[in-house]
Amino acid sequence: MSETAAIQGSPEGVDGLVEDWASDKQTYNVPWGKAMMWIFLVSDTFIFTCFLTGYLNVRLTTTEPWPLQTEIFALTLFGQSIPLVLIAIMTFILITSSGSMALAVNFGYRKDKQKTFIAMVITALLGLSFVGMQAFEWTKLIVDESIRPWGNPYGAAQFGSVFFMVTGFHGLHVTGGVIYLLIVANKVRKGDYDKKGYEIVEIAGLYWHFVDLVWVFIFAFFYLL
Amino acid sequence: MAYVPLADQDHEQEMHHPHSWVTKYVWSQDHKVIAIQYGGTAVLVGLVALVLSLLMRMQLGFPGTFDLIDPSAYYQSVTMHGMIMVVYMLTALLLGGFGNYMVPLMIGARDMVFPFLNMLSFWFYLLSVVILMASFFVGGGPTGAGWTLYPPQATLAGTPGSDMGIVLMLLSLFVFIVAFTMGGLNYVTTILQYRTRGMTLMRLPLTIWGIFVATVLGLFAFPALLVSAIMMLFDTLLGTSFFMPAIIESGTPMDYDGGSPILFQHLFWFFGHPEVYIVALPAFGLVSDVISTHARKNIFGYRMMVWAIIAIGGLSFIVWAHHMYVSGMNPYFGFFFATTTLIIAVPTALKVYNWVLTLWEGDIRLNAPMYFAIGFIFTFIHGGLTGLFLGNVVIDLPLSDTYFVVAHFHMVMGVSPVLVIFASIYHWFPKVSGRMYHEGMAKAHFWITFLGTYAIYLPMHYLGFLGVPRRYYAIGETDFIPASAQTLNESITIAALIVGAAQLIFLFNMLWSLRNGAKADPNPWNSASLEWQTPDTPPVHGNWGDKLPTVYRWAYDYSVPGAKHDFIPQDMAEEDVEMEDGSTGSTATGA
Repeated sequence: MSETAAIQGSPEGVDGLVEDWASDKQTYNVPWGKAMMWIFLVSDTFIFTCFLTGYLNVRLTTTEPWPLQTEIFALTLFGQSIPLVLIAIMTFILITSSGSMALAVNFGYRKDKQKTFIAMVITALLGLSFVGMQAFEWTKLIVDESIRPWGNPYGAAQFGSVFFMVTGFHGLHVTGGVIYLLIVANKVRKGDYDKKGYEIVEIAGLYWHFVDLVWVFIFAFFYLL
Repeated sequence: MAYVPLADQDHEQEMHHPHSWVTKYVWSQDHKVIAIQYGGTAVLVGLVALVLSLLMRMQLGFPGTFDLIDPSAYYQSVTMHGMIMVVYMLTALLLGGFGNYMVPLMIGARDMVFPFLNMLSFWFYLLSVVILMASFFVGGGPTGAGWTLYPPQATLAGTPGSDMGIVLMLLSLFVFIVAFTMGGLNYVTTILQYRTRGMTLMRLPLTIWGIFVATVLGLFAFPALLVSAIMMLFDTLLGTSFFMPAIIESGTPMDYDGGSPILFQHLFWFFGHPEVYIVALPAFGLVSDVISTHARKNIFGYRMMVWAIIAIGGLSFIVWAHHMYVSGMNPYFGFFFATTTLIIAVPTALKVYNWVLTLWEGDIRLNAPMYFAIGFIFTFIHGGLTGLFLGNVVIDLPLSDTYFVVAHFHMVMGVSPVLVIFASIYHWFPKVSGRMYHEGMAKAHFWITFLGTYAIYLPMHYLGFLGVPRRYYAIGETDFIPASAQTLNESITIAALIVGAAQLIFLFNMLWSLRNGAKADPNPWNSASLEWQTPDTPPVHGNWGDKLPTVYRWAYDYSVPGAKHDFIPQDMAEEDVEMEDGSTGSTATGA
């Protein structure tokens, strides 16, 4: 990298490995923004892990039976009660949005501004529809089934508490992500990144994929477990 | 466009220079100004917490003499003293203050990688302090739940500040964590990606290693506190039952059912134990640099020191339940957590040995920073040894919640980091202010603080063995506690008041020296590390003038055999080193 930074007589074996990792000025050949996003996401992972651990813990300690998710999360379509149908659609949409985000990253590195912009807007719209459906789900739970954070007629009060807290926290992440994507998409359209490069699209993508991944866990823990 | 690392770019990107007074000194994005803002705020809240502790001591030493300290005020003082000192003073001062100041200078950068985020971090921190201070002025006052905020008592009506105090405390912690995350992401990214040419990881001063690992710990540990704060806010404001079991209050059953108070303790200590090391690791780093500089010797076992910092950081995540031996958790956990706790003593002891071996046969300069650094070794060994007692389940059970515990953690994570902070403030004061502090006042400050520390905390160990419980407003007439315990309490209080007053010497010294101190040499300690080699003292915006420094060696080239001077700066090339025989450049040192 630099004529002066070389270390003479690097050791072999494990010490050499350490030496190699430690020798470069930049430990990872990634832009600052991407490095920061990765570190932030690991930190955020700890937040969601704590939430889910807390959820599992109160589910064990609560004295009342846990409500049956198949009944609560059922939707009546065509006169029939179908369990988990809404959430299946929501999950499908969110995972699809990861696909369109991946396309945007690809187009970004090809410097295809227009396609990048379109793919990002599609991602944001999918995210928005996810949040919309979540709002619909919350309304249904609150209005029709009178589930509240402090209690519900089906069993343990903690069901409502953790459900609203964790899905709400995730919903805020998605909403923030939609805003973030739209801001970046607009800047892409205006050509603000022509000079700096399009890493920012990938950084936004990292965040978006993370939010999707977290959803997979929330889905499994809340709706299936 | 392919990404080009900074060092490989032909031209440095031009820095933005602020124009107005406001953007230079108030909404500043310069890491040095932010560091001073962070540090100044932390010192101010630290003074508030110091006064609170003196109020507590006055009540304990002379029960019932002072009307203004009723039981509620006492518990509120206990709580606010603990929380402010641990989070808002030590964490903010060591990472926000020293972290901000030292990181770019020691790695040879012009600033943090995200200066704007850095500025936001400080303002969020200030907001969290304002929210916390506001709780002194709301109805019911600040929370008196103890700094650990254990539910259910934290939110029950019998606890002082259970209406607004606890809410503001949790809110303030939430904001603090947001501030810390912004600052922390910045430090980690800066240290990994913004080092100057030649500054390899294994050439970093130990200060940077300590700050780096502590920040990583913070980024992984604070989420647990964030989550528990959110959950407890919901319990308080929405009536959820995350941490609240079925409770009967004054004969009436409350609206809670089925929550888990132990869950809070697990979450809290999953944050709380790494927090100890978030405070300790930067202090370890800073003191290593101070000791090495003033002993004119390289730090003993640099690699071992680095690995010890990393090992302590990793282990700190699997020892948390040693705070919970008497909580009613599964007793089998005790074995696991006692084992990990004793294992973490190994790398910690290694560090102590290495500090002592650095002093061994050194050309020790007994300047004020060195006084404090050596004082730190004493207090840290004492606090560390009592930690071994408390880490064992069987010894912890009788000692739990006695003054022995108070003595232990004040020695190990109260006094020890504070002594390092004083050492570091005196050590770097010439660089930060461009003036020397007053050596006589600094030494007087040291002796009163250091001896006073022992006058305060040594008797507390004994009180603990007698079974005097901590957090009691007054012991009263208790059969198993001899009357002489009260005499000890009185003497502790008098010592505490003297030590508290002695801190005024420090404040006066700082303020007086800013104006009247002798002009400082750019490198008064003949230090080898990079921050002393800046072209300007104090360093100006951008730190390095026209050209970034290039680093050729580690930060500890002191008393190199054959070299003419007893230190070789990090940015001095091999061929420029003057030798005793008049030739140049064949030291063959460097990490």
